[in-house]
Amino acid sequence: MSELGETAKKCITEKGLPIMEDEKSKLPIYISVRELPLRFQFGIAKIPKFFEGLKEGKIYMTKCKKCGERYFPPQTDCPKCLESDMDWIPLSGEGELLTCTMIFVKPSTYAHYKDYIVGIAQMKEGIKVLAWLNVDDPKKIKPKMKVQLKTVKREPEGFITYEFSPI
Amino acid sequence: MVAKLRNVAIVGVGQSKFGNRYDVRIDELAWEAAGEALKDANLSAKDMEFLVVGCAGGWSAEALPAAICSEYCGTLPKGSMRVEAACATSSAAVAAAYNFVASGYVDIALVIGVEKMYESPSPVQIELIGRAGNFFWEFENFGMTFPGYYALHATSYMWKHGLKEEDLAEIAVKNHHYAVMNPKAQFRKAITVETVMQSRYVAWPLKLFDCCPLTDGSSAVILASENVAKKITDTPVWISGIGCATGTINLSKRDMFLKLEYSGLESAVEAAKQAYKRTGVDYDNAAKYFDVACVHDCFTIAELMAYEDLGFCKRGEGPKLVREKQTYNGGLIPVNIDGGLKAKGHPIGATGSSMIYSLTKQLRQEYGKYASPEAQANIKNGKALAHNIGGTGHYAYVTILSLEKPNV
Repeated sequence: MSELGETAKKCITEKGLPIMEDEKSKLPIYISVRELPLRFQFGIAKIPKFFEGLKEGKIYMTKCKKCGERYFPPQTDCPKCLESDMDWIPLSGEGELLTCTMIFVKPSTYAHYKDYIVGIAQMKEGIKVLAWLNVDDPKKIKPKMKVQLKTVKREPEGFITYEFSPI
Repeated sequence: MVAKLRNVAIVGVGQSKFGNRYDVRIDELAWEAAGEALKDANLSAKDMEFLVVGCAGGWSAEALPAAICSEYCGTLPKGSMRVEAACATSSAAVAAAYNFVASGYVDIALVIGVEKMYESPSPVQIELIGRAGNFFWEFENFGMTFPGYYALHATSYMWKHGLKEEDLAEIAVKNHHYAVMNPKAQFRKAITVETVMQSRYVAWPLKLFDCCPLTDGSSAVILASENVAKKITDTPVWISGIGCATGTINLSKRDMFLKLEYSGLESAVEAAKQAYKRTGVDYDNAAKYFDVACVHDCFTIAELMAYEDLGFCKRGEGPKLVREKQTYNGGLIPVNIDGGLKAKGHPIGATGSSMIYSLTKQLRQEYGKYASPEAQANIKNGKALAHNIGGTGHYAYVTILSLEKPNV
C-alpha cells in the first residue's frame, strides 16, 4: 500500500473518515480508499527478432526492402511505401554523441538507480539511438565524442538492455 | 480547395487562481474559469451551443472531464468532448472549438481548460509526466523525465551556439518578475540569477529554477461567429490564424540534433509558419507584427528556443535577445509578461487557454488594471501570439489573436 493509502487507513481508524489535513494549507483532503496498482504489458510479436538479438548481444535496426528506409526503434511496417517486408540489420555499435543529460530528479520507479546519463548518438548506419551513457566522470563527456553501443545487463533487475560507453 | 470559413471572435475569457488547489474538486475549479468567462461575455451557460474541455488527466480521479464539467457548469444537454494534446491540450481545445464555429456547425462554443494535478502526490505526477514521450523505447529502460527531454535540447543548443546557464537563468528572472504582478500566478515572488544558479540540478544542465511548477488551475474562452459576436461585445478579439504540427515521439528521431545551425523544435517552426501564412506575417521579421506573446516556457530553454522557432530572431541569437532584455515589456517583443508557465504555473490542460486569457486582456488593454500598468503591453499593431507546446515538441500550436477583423 502507498504512503497515502496508509494515511487513509489511519484517518479512518481515528476519525471514521479518510480525511486528512494538508500540512501546508491546513485544508481537509479526502483520500480515495480505492488504490490502483498500475503495470502495463505490450505486444512484441511483430519484432521478436529485436529481443532475440539482445540475447545474442546484437542490436537490430530494420530497413525496408523496397524503399531502403531505415528504422530505429525497429518497425516492420513502412509508411513510406506501404510495404511490410524488412531486412533486419545488426548495428555495428559505432556512434557519435549528439547530446546528453544527467538525470538527478528521477521517476519514482527509477529511485533505486544512481544518477544516470542519457544520450543520443548518430550511428554509423544512419539512424540515431537514445540510451544510457556509461561514464565514470561526466566531465569526460565531449560534444561529438565517439561512443560504442552494446548490450548490457541492467542490475539489480538483471534484464538485458543496451547502453553507450566511450571508446 | 478550402471551404469558406467564418470569422471567429473571442467574446469572453476567464481563469482561476493557479497553484495547489486542495480547496476544490475538478468541476468546481472548472467553474471558476467558466463562470468568469460567462460574466465577461454577459451570457449564461444555456447560451453555449458546445463545450470543449481540455484536460490531460492521468493524475486526477475523474475519467470523464467533459461530462462532469458540462453538468457542474450548466451546459447540459449540449454536445461536449474532451481534447488532449499533452501540455498543448487547451490550445487544441480552442482549435477544435474554432473549427466548430468557423464551419457553421455552431454559432457559439465554450472552451474550458482544466487540470487537477495535485489529486496525486508529486512523485506520481513527476513519474507520469516523464512518461510523456515514447513509453517503451525511451522511458521503460532509460527513465527519461520531462526536464530530461528538454535538457537534451538544452545541451544540443549549448554545444552548437555557446549558450550559458546564466542566460537561461535570466529568462526565469524575467518571468518571476512579471508573475509578482499577476494576481492569479502561482509564484508571486521575485528571484535573481543567483537563486537559479544556486538551485540544484534536476536534469543537467537544467536546475530547479529553470523548471515550471506542478499546478492546479483552469481557464476558459468563449468563441462566437461574427454575427453573434457583434451582439455580445464591442471589443471582439479575433482569431486570425491557427497553426498546428506534430513532432516525432522518439527524441532520437529529431534530425535537428544533426544540423549544426539548428537547435529548436521543428514542429513549432511548422506551426508558426502555418499560422503566419493565414495571418500574413513574414516569418523572418515576425517580432514586428506582434505587441505581445505568450510562449511555452515549461523550462527556460523552451522559451529560448521559442524565440528562434517563431522567427523573433535568427538561429543562435536567442541568448543575445535575453542579454539585451528585448523580451521585457518595452523591448523588441514582450514575452510571457504574465509570468509564463515558469512562474504563473503550468496546469497542463489549462495552460493554452490561459495564454488566450492573458493575451485577450492585453489586446483589450485591460491587463494593466488586472495586474499592473508595468505589465500592460503597448498595443499598436493589435496582434498577439500564443505558442503552446505539448510534450517536447510532440504537439505544437500557434494561435494568433487580432483586433482587426480577419478575412478568412
